[in-house]
Amino acid sequence: MMRLPPYADLLGLIVEPGADGAPLLLMPFATPVLGRPGFLHGGAISGLMEMAAIVALHDALEGEGGGEIKPINATVDFMRGGRDKDTRSRGVVTRLGTRVANVEATAWQDDPAKPIAAARMNYLIVRR
Amino acid sequence: MSGFSFDPERFFRARIGHGGTLGIDYRAHGTNWAELALPYDEKLIGNVATGVIASGPILSLMDMATSLGVWLRADAFVAHATLDLRVDYLRPATPGKTVIGRGECYRLTRSIAFVRGQAHDGDPADPLAHVAGTFMAPEGYPR
Repeated sequence: MMRLPPYADLLGLIVEPGADGAPLLLMPFATPVLGRPGFLHGGAISGLMEMAAIVALHDALEGEGGGEIKPINATVDFMRGGRDKDTRSRGVVTRLGTRVANVEATAWQDDPAKPIAAARMNYLIVRR
Repeated sequence: MSGFSFDPERFFRARIGHGGTLGIDYRAHGTNWAELALPYDEKLIGNVATGVIASGPILSLMDMATSLGVWLRADAFVAHATLDLRVDYLRPATPGKTVIGRGECYRLTRSIAFVRGQAHDGDPADPLAHVAGTFMAPEGYPR
């Protein structure tokens, strides 16, 4: 498991062990991630999903000798407003290539089957 | 129109929630665009080895700048939500430099706003991020 950067602390992220070994990131509802009153900021939800994607990719890369991860792009869909409760996110590496990785992440509150947002990301990988 | 005019500078000086935590501040605006500033801060770092800030704060900056662009084009504060936002990270932000984000609403329909924007850290001709997205107003935008 990688050490999370300062930006993850700003979001208040906490690492939780997932059911099948893949770590989850938990973002408690707090003022630093607040958008309009009573709702999460879309940027904070996106930041959570980007961190979950990087954690998942880092874990996948470690099994192959590690490497540096550089973001190329992110496409985020916002499906529901984020209410005043805990939000969780998990990244899934859909393809780990030699130079590029495709990663997806969702964020949910009560029910993982009802995501509040989903993101698709490409990362450039510089292998060690 | 009611004669109500949206003032992004006053709106942004409130400095509450996520934008205030990231340190985002108002810079400039026009009839359909707004420019915000994200000063460099160690708490935004995503890569400890290089000191480069994470991609998340840039996405937040552009979400806010494009949202302001919509309210300016509508000339009203309308409750709306980001439907989708796509960000291309053209290059890393330079450590120590303030990131400037400019968001523009280039088309406004009854319920959907189409936005685009760019971010740079000093030279607008050398952008570090490019965004495209849409917002939706459940109660509709004023026409």
